[in-house]
Amino acid sequence: MSAWKKHEVFEKNSFVLLVGILVMVAIGGLVEIAPLFYLKSTIEKTEGMRPYTPLELTGRDIYIREGCYLCHSQMVRPMRDEMERYGHFSLAAESMYDHPFQWGSKRTGPDLARVGGKYSDAWHVEHLIDPRSLVPASIMPGYPFLAENRLQTRDIQSHLSVNTIIGVPYTEEQVANAASDLLGQATPDTEAADGFEERWPGVTIRDFDGNPREVTEMDALVAYLQVLGTMVDFSIYDDKANAR
Amino acid sequence: MISLEEGGFAIFLVLLAFACIIIAGKTFDQVMAFHAGIGALFAAVSVFLIFKKYFDDGGEPIPAEIDGKPNYNLGPIKFGAIAAMFWGIAGFTVGLVIALQLAYPVLNFDLPWTNFGRLRPLHTSAVIFAFGGNVLLATSMYVVQRTSRVRMPGKILPWFVILGYNVFIVIAGTGYLLGVTQSKEYAEPEWYADLWLTIVWVMYLLLFLGTLWKRREPHIYVANWFYLAFIVTIAMLHITNNMTIPVSIYSTKSYIVWSGVQDAMVQWWYGHNAVGFFLTAGFLAIMYYFIPKRAERPVYSYRLSIVHFWALIFIYIWAGPHHLHYTALPQWASTLGATFSIILWMPSWGGMINGLMTLSGAWDKLRTDPVLRMMVVSVAFYGMSTFEGPLMSLRSVNSLSHYTDWTIGHVHSGALGWVGYISFGAIYCLVPWLWNKRQLYSLKLVNVHFWLSTIGIVLYITAMWVSGIMQGLMWRAYDTLGFLEYSFVETVEAMHPFYIIRALGGALFVIGAVIMAYNLWMTVRHGEAEEADAMPAGSLAAAE
Repeated sequence: MSAWKKHEVFEKNSFVLLVGILVMVAIGGLVEIAPLFYLKSTIEKTEGMRPYTPLELTGRDIYIREGCYLCHSQMVRPMRDEMERYGHFSLAAESMYDHPFQWGSKRTGPDLARVGGKYSDAWHVEHLIDPRSLVPASIMPGYPFLAENRLQTRDIQSHLSVNTIIGVPYTEEQVANAASDLLGQATPDTEAADGFEERWPGVTIRDFDGNPREVTEMDALVAYLQVLGTMVDFSIYDDKANAR
Repeated sequence: MISLEEGGFAIFLVLLAFACIIIAGKTFDQVMAFHAGIGALFAAVSVFLIFKKYFDDGGEPIPAEIDGKPNYNLGPIKFGAIAAMFWGIAGFTVGLVIALQLAYPVLNFDLPWTNFGRLRPLHTSAVIFAFGGNVLLATSMYVVQRTSRVRMPGKILPWFVILGYNVFIVIAGTGYLLGVTQSKEYAEPEWYADLWLTIVWVMYLLLFLGTLWKRREPHIYVANWFYLAFIVTIAMLHITNNMTIPVSIYSTKSYIVWSGVQDAMVQWWYGHNAVGFFLTAGFLAIMYYFIPKRAERPVYSYRLSIVHFWALIFIYIWAGPHHLHYTALPQWASTLGATFSIILWMPSWGGMINGLMTLSGAWDKLRTDPVLRMMVVSVAFYGMSTFEGPLMSLRSVNSLSHYTDWTIGHVHSGALGWVGYISFGAIYCLVPWLWNKRQLYSLKLVNVHFWLSTIGIVLYITAMWVSGIMQGLMWRAYDTLGFLEYSFVETVEAMHPFYIIRALGGALFVIGAVIMAYNLWMTVRHGEAEEADAMPAGSLAAAE
């Protein structure tokens, strides 16, 4: 009886109740979240991860804007069928520059973690404009407007600067030339592409949407899709060394 | 003399209006201009109303008591009840639309504003935060006043909370349609909407605590413990999960400070506890007030309430990482999440038992009172989905269920069955009380609502069980030669009939809600007036 009586202190003092609640709900989160920031095993050691180019980052923002993550996951699980269907299971390192993460929670459509390089640019453009022209049973919405919308470039430099503040290792040069690199990556033969290859070694420059007249949102989205899951060099990646 | 409260709010809102006008004028982002415009309009109209009210009543304070009885503040609660019905029907309807889009993709119309990716957050936010949120605000304001036997503090504060919250809903919802989202599920609104919600939420906490501080009852009633836990924890989750840096104050776009695996963990810590504290703790508070009230029986066990409360809030917060089994999240974290999800079964069912057993000695009322029946079935759905949840959090089950419609079905047995029904029950109780009517316009219509939506829920969740488990099995099926048996799109085709059944279930649920709105409208317009305040305050005392 007496123990129940002692509970009165919570029932009669709103402040004590408030503090009690705060203590109880703080513990679980602290135990589960805080170690992820200092346990070294959380993020694997890999070769090849780099920040997104301005064009890919913009494409990623379009991917977020249209809610692609609601139907497409970007997280291949280490199961036989998934690895046969999509490729090597996803690593934590592969989303270390993703603010926010895009792992998703539902596969109404297939996983996209390793979609990069699987299809041609032309396939993606056609598929995004009219999915059912290529996959008759698809239930994906069409996004024809992406091919018509000219890419907004006004504040791309601020986008990169903000990413720098939160820990994405862009170089000063990459930030300074963001506006021209944004267009340059999709227009290889123009002045905008000058110096792109020095700032972004090994990154493909090409006209992603097949429309050389202007740089569209389609260019950006396809550039993003084509880089997904292709950065880490799996020929030298050691699964065993990183087993957790 | 103008009061400190009126003056303070007026100054704050004037500053807000100017800030919004400057942002609207300087931004190149059309959505930002639109949203800043809404903000400026809201602030300006509010300032006007504050002064109009002041000059109308000469700054007279509203009496806290009339004839020795508390003069409860019901206006903001009425607004919340109406808003809940409005957003509810809107949110259910958008849900029906996106269900049909999955069955018939031509309904996406190939336009930006109508595609599934933009409408789906509109649906989830409308039902969780607009419908559910208004139900929680309205009922909490009612319950805390009643059980404290005191008028809530402030003349402007309660209105600021309820109107400010609904402005947040409008900004969030229109934002999704125009492509403004930070892509964190159930936390999609961008930085400026989040900031606004934080201000409103702190005011809500002050309003709630302020009422408790003034209370005339020595004990804080159990429902208020749950409301307080809901308010405090949602504040903690909201702030942590939405730590972002905007690209500029003139831009709608921001980048979250967390990245990759840490962001995933923070997101699902938030996401699962949006379920745990918004959709569970808050609605358990409703259960602890409205079921005893309607059944005219005391809560079954006071001790069980205490154990239920502390165990539930302590354990729930751990459960998040079960959303991330087999992902790149370290296994220790997801295993910890699953372990606590299993333990969580106990307090969940403890709460269910406490709710159901409150009916002891009043079970016969289920035959005659469809409102009580709705609330009891709601608690039964709560029991079912809190059993299914721990099951799905197991690694082996999750490997099949994750990424499929099984999860969608599970969420909806909780959302439609538990949250929907306890809310409907509470609103059916609340409307006659608020508008001073003897009873509802028609109990028959409540009965029709009950059966239509129950059939709807059953169709919905059974269709999703079948399609989810079927798709999960098809993904991992191998033929005799050792090749994957089905291409992805074959598994999509197989779900078509179940998507149609699900949409049918959703349609029944929407029709039920429309019937409810009609019934409430008729109650308010034509119901017979109640004589005097006949509700005894003492009937809520515990059994022991």
